[in-house]
Amino acid sequence: MSILQAFKLAGKSIVGSKMRSFLTMLGMIIGVASVITLIGLMEGVTNYVISTFSDMGTNMISVTVTNTDTRKVDVDAVYEFTEENSDIFLGVTPKVSSRYTVKNGTESLTTSVTGVGEDYLELNSLELSAGRFIQYADIKNRYNGAVIGSYIVEELFDGNAALGDTFKINGQVYTIIGIQKEEADSEANSTDDVVYIPYSNATRLAGSNDIGSYSFAAIDSETVEAGEEVLDNYLYGIMKNEDLYTISSMTQLLETVNTMTGMLSAILGGIAGISLLVAGIGIMNIMLVSVVERTKEIGIRKSLGAKKRDIMWQFVIEAAAISTIGGVIGIIIGYIATRTLGSAFGIEAAPTLNSILLAFGVSAGIGIGFGYMPASKAASLNPIDALRTE
Amino acid sequence: MMELGNEENNAPLIDLINIFKIYQMGTTEVRANDGISLTIYDGEFVAIVGKSGSGKSTIMNIIGALDIPTEGKYILKGQDVSKMKSDQLATIRNKTIGFIFQQYNLLPRQNLLENVELPLLYGGYGAKERKQLAMEALARVGIEDKWKNYPNQLSGGQQQRGSIARALVGKPSLILADEPTGALDSKTSREVLEFLKQLNEEGNTIVLITHDPTVAAKANRVVKMHDGKIVFDGTAREYKEQEAAG
Ligand SMILES: Nc1ncnc2c1ncn2[C@@H]1O[C@H](COP(=O)(O)OP(=O)(O)O)[C@@H](O)[C@H]1O
Ligand SMILES: [Mg+2]
Repeated sequence: MSILQAFKLAGKSIVGSKMRSFLTMLGMIIGVASVITLIGLMEGVTNYVISTFSDMGTNMISVTVTNTDTRKVDVDAVYEFTEENSDIFLGVTPKVSSRYTVKNGTESLTTSVTGVGEDYLELNSLELSAGRFIQYADIKNRYNGAVIGSYIVEELFDGNAALGDTFKINGQVYTIIGIQKEEADSEANSTDDVVYIPYSNATRLAGSNDIGSYSFAAIDSETVEAGEEVLDNYLYGIMKNEDLYTISSMTQLLETVNTMTGMLSAILGGIAGISLLVAGIGIMNIMLVSVVERTKEIGIRKSLGAKKRDIMWQFVIEAAAISTIGGVIGIIIGYIATRTLGSAFGIEAAPTLNSILLAFGVSAGIGIGFGYMPASKAASLNPIDALRTE
Repeated sequence: MMELGNEENNAPLIDLINIFKIYQMGTTEVRANDGISLTIYDGEFVAIVGKSGSGKSTIMNIIGALDIPTEGKYILKGQDVSKMKSDQLATIRNKTIGFIFQQYNLLPRQNLLENVELPLLYGGYGAKERKQLAMEALARVGIEDKWKNYPNQLSGGQQQRGSIARALVGKPSLILADEPTGALDSKTSREVLEFLKQLNEEGNTIVLITHDPTVAAKANRVVKMHDGKIVFDGTAREYKEQEAAG
């Protein structure tokens, strides 16, 4: 008997008892649909997170230093170091961040005030909608000029901030010299909720002349690793202690995010995978019942010349077909569910080709695997005993 | 033992040599076949008779390659079947033997044509040839117009004809029938029997089991069994005389 014949037989048997076939498939449908949906959604979330982080600059390296009385990282030395390594670094900017109360007349709010260098804007690919950014002269002169984000414009100036307007940071009067272009719908704690001032002023506000944080821009994300290495050597040379400084980059963060979401995918996929296993056991169970019910049929087929492998094929293919049809329905439902849930959560989620192929392969494999035992039971029936049953 | 028509110089179709089939039931053993030797030639029509439990079905299963003997030798068409493995036995059943069962044993989910095609399916025939041969076999038993029907849409007689068509379709050397008329009314029984007789006259070798003396009377040769042994082997007329004599 050919495999094609075995498929025809399987089709007949499945159509012959639609309700039972459907119930048997149900486990596979649910299992496959959940595997596909969960993996697809996780993939969507991962991509969303990664693209969010990428916007923040994948070529940036952050350095924090705990300056001590005897060992200090000096700003000018850092600039010099960056200059010397211009094959790796585009530039550097100190970053002195703190939260302060800012006031304009009776309006007041607490926001993050960041002291930066003159290259900050360019290195972070930020844009201004008005005015200019902080310049070298502002830093040298400790000029009380500030660049503000659109959230500050909305909240502190009622949406009407003009260049030259003044406001107070921690009681000191600052003049608006530039306004940053809206980036994140002017929401609180977003990249629009910012005030930039010269770093020299920020250190003074913080009550210390030491700068504990720098942002280095590598030429591109490929040179980040090399940049981290030279920075490590440089900082170790000064601090003599690895605990007194940290070097981190978006690449590391991205890797961490990737590992974490990957882990989450594996766990969710694993849970969904268990339902596939349960579905397989369901199929085995039904096939075993089916073999018992069809003992007479098996006996008749054997009396007419069916060999062991003919019977074997008949049952294995039937199990595999039930399982695979369930798998395909599961893939379709999983596809729709991923799309629907994805757009409900506002992420771009689609089932991955890999998860579809995996689900298809696993469902066919489970059918064959769990169909094997009942099939070999059927195949090894003694024809006389089988014929005698009613 | 008597001489029969066409055996001269021919090798027998069936040669059973001292066959034992012994079932171990706990500590007691049941000798379902207790030393049976029987030779059947091409073209014979043999009826096996005997009381229930005398071992008729057991020897029939061995002749039909559904089972192998505990001891003894069975030569079918020159091949030793008594030591064969299950797949070799399947091939013998497929190519050499046509079964007719008391319960017809048609598959309920297949239509008549598909049922008759089954031996050809396992014999590796292509779809076109299967259909053609199966339709021919159905025509031979006179129910080719019913080919689309499922078994439950057919009368008992039609189902038995279907099962005869299935037995014939592979052109087997031997047709075996275990109580083929046991489930039929007397009129249909007669028809089926006439048909078997006709098949025999066309040259088919037939071995059937029966309770019914009128059925046995149709055969050329009657073999009577008792307690797993052959107690009579002769022509139908001789059998009748012996039975009458008591
Ligand atoms: N599988 C078996 N296991 C045990 N005993 C069996 C088996 N098959 C047949 N027998 C016994 O063998 C004897 C002959 O049985 P059988 O050939 O079916 O008789 P008949 O067909 O003449 O009625 C009976 O006593 C029966 O109980
Ligand atoms: Mg019997």
